Amino acid sequence: MNERPLRVVIAKAGLDGHDRGAKVIARALRDAGMEVIYTGLFQAPEQIVQTAVQEDADGIGLSILSGAHMTLFPLVVEQLKAQDAGDIVFFGGGTIPPEDAKRLKELGVREIFTPGAPLQTIVDFVTRECGKRRTPAA
Amino acid sequence: MAKMIDRPSGLGAQPTPAFEEQRRRWEAASAKGRSRKDPGSGAVDRTISDVPLKVVYAPEDVAALDLAEDLAWPGEYPYTRGIHPNGYRDRLWTMRQFAGFGTAAQTNERYHFLLAHGQHGLSVAFDMPTLMGYDSDAPQSRGEVGKCGVAIDSLVDMEVLFDGIDMGDITSSMTINGPACIALAQYIAAAEKKGIPRAKLGGTLQADILKEYIAQKEWIFPPRPHMRIIVDMIEFCTREMPKWNTISISGYHIREAGSTAAQELAFTLADGFAYVEACVAAGMDVDSFAGRLSFFFNSHIDFFEEIAKFRAARRIYARHMREKYGAKDPRSWQLRFHTQTAGCSATAQQPENNIVRVAFEAMAAVLGGTQSLHTNSMDEVMALPTEKSVEIALRTQQVLAYETNVTNVVDPLGGSYYVEALTQEMEDAAESYFAQIAEYGGVIEAIEAGFFQREIADASYRYQRSIETRDRVIVGVNAFVKEDEPENLNLLKITEETERGQAASVQDLRAKRDGPAVQRTLERLQAACRDPKDNLMPHLIDCANAYATEGEIVEAMASVFGRYTEQAVL
Repeated sequence: MNERPLRVVIAKAGLDGHDRGAKVIARALRDAGMEVIYTGLFQAPEQIVQTAVQEDADGIGLSILSGAHMTLFPLVVEQLKAQDAGDIVFFGGGTIPPEDAKRLKELGVREIFTPGAPLQTIVDFVTRECGKRRTPAA
Repeated sequence: MAKMIDRPSGLGAQPTPAFEEQRRRWEAASAKGRSRKDPGSGAVDRTISDVPLKVVYAPEDVAALDLAEDLAWPGEYPYTRGIHPNGYRDRLWTMRQFAGFGTAAQTNERYHFLLAHGQHGLSVAFDMPTLMGYDSDAPQSRGEVGKCGVAIDSLVDMEVLFDGIDMGDITSSMTINGPACIALAQYIAAAEKKGIPRAKLGGTLQADILKEYIAQKEWIFPPRPHMRIIVDMIEFCTREMPKWNTISISGYHIREAGSTAAQELAFTLADGFAYVEACVAAGMDVDSFAGRLSFFFNSHIDFFEEIAKFRAARRIYARHMREKYGAKDPRSWQLRFHTQTAGCSATAQQPENNIVRVAFEAMAAVLGGTQSLHTNSMDEVMALPTEKSVEIALRTQQVLAYETNVTNVVDPLGGSYYVEALTQEMEDAAESYFAQIAEYGGVIEAIEAGFFQREIADASYRYQRSIETRDRVIVGVNAFVKEDEPENLNLLKITEETERGQAASVQDLRAKRDGPAVQRTLERLQAACRDPKDNLMPHLIDCANAYATEGEIVEAMASVFGRYTEQAVL
């Protein structure tokens, strides 16, 4: 049972340069023993999913603070389907009103974390959900 | 026992036997104290930036301070106690709420509302495409139009934005950074079309590109050509716009990105000095432009640390401007600044608590002697603020200004052992950062080496961990948490309509205007970009007047200057 560690892509999309949250999450996941690939800023949804597929990532975390979440999250969901990668755990965070978060979850985003979410909650979520992907229910 | 008087002219008083006897009793009593039990483990022995704190401060902590050299009087070099002899008695700070969303027409309506409610000056927030130099119909703009600011594609939008507002009477601040030179050109063009000459325009531009590479990440061109753009703007405004404060140098975003107070202070001033050096290198006399540089700081929740930061900023700046850059005019020594309360201290949980945080932060800014102030609205952590929450934020400033009486005495915390000691620590910390930056060879070199980015990322992670471990308590987040918070906050929504409408109107403009004339102005601009001796501003104003769009202007400039890409630092 000595598998490689969980691998997660942390991404910034669109024109939003606020990268504090993304970097803090990336470090927290890394400190929790995961392999983290940080995409850097201004990535297109198709690039983000491509990176995740190429790196055989278990999860994608997308951070958006510019208000473009209702456009960019669905585009990533679309790309996951298009690139046959629907099993990658897709989650995100940012300045996202509760109503929008609910809608995004209906569209297939696994979880949305807003400012103030404890790092441990996020680490636990990723560990659990990405872990499930590794060991599909027998 | 510390020797109290290092200098006969110092702040520390001569200890008497009675005072020393009291000290011994206090030391014994203090040693018996037991730490209180908080919801968290309680970081009571350091500031939010991890500066160690004593239980109490005493004369020996300030004994090295020289009254004349380090404190002086308000309005006297080195301005630790403020730049005005009478502080707020002669003039209050400018209440300036940052606002912008949706289309120019929607934002124009908000401006009329704010001015009608007693706001003094305008402050324009632009949307991401405008900040990054893309038109609203560009593929990169999808989902972003009008979302976190107003969409301005061309002079048409700028004219609508200031419709019915006397541009010769109000002052405007524009937070625009990358394309600041374009926004300035459009602002001048809009005013001149109304018959207001550029010489009568007052306001400022947050055109501080260095902190974009360091923290906020809204850049277009690479650092070196961009420094030339900034020098051109400063040179142009110095010559043609006597009422315009040429550039506002900003630490706000450095702090929001997670820096400590000392990093915010040091990195911002280092950026400011880099602009001074660039202008001097271009042949300008330091006194010709320095008096119209201004700064922009964050006011975070650690009350006294923030006040110390503002006081230290004035002192450091004055010293460097006089001693290092040889400025002779006292105006060149005076650091003037705008403050905004810390967005990053606001919480999505129990958002009404943010009103209280903002009030404390605003008071720190005022006790620190700010020249203008933006108070955040309680709901900004989730969306753009509603009219109601903006009104509360503005009222917070009015209560502070007219009810609390903190404005009646200049620098009321001057002489406080604690605040003076902390002010000195801030200055020392900043000087130590300046030395590190110098080792890299300067600000641009330190950016290229990822120095600032790494320092900030480290500090922000340390801070987040301290909340995680409940070393620090954030009310409503890791203590006093309310389960099942109501989600009934009324939030402002920007619809997809806005994006479609804005994209259509920029396409409409391209079809209607004189295309060849636009092309000619863009070509002249390109030629000017290639010739470092040709100031870009007049060409940019021509482009604006011809109704060239921002995206087209940026494209023309980028064809010469290139575009910046970052090596991401984790």
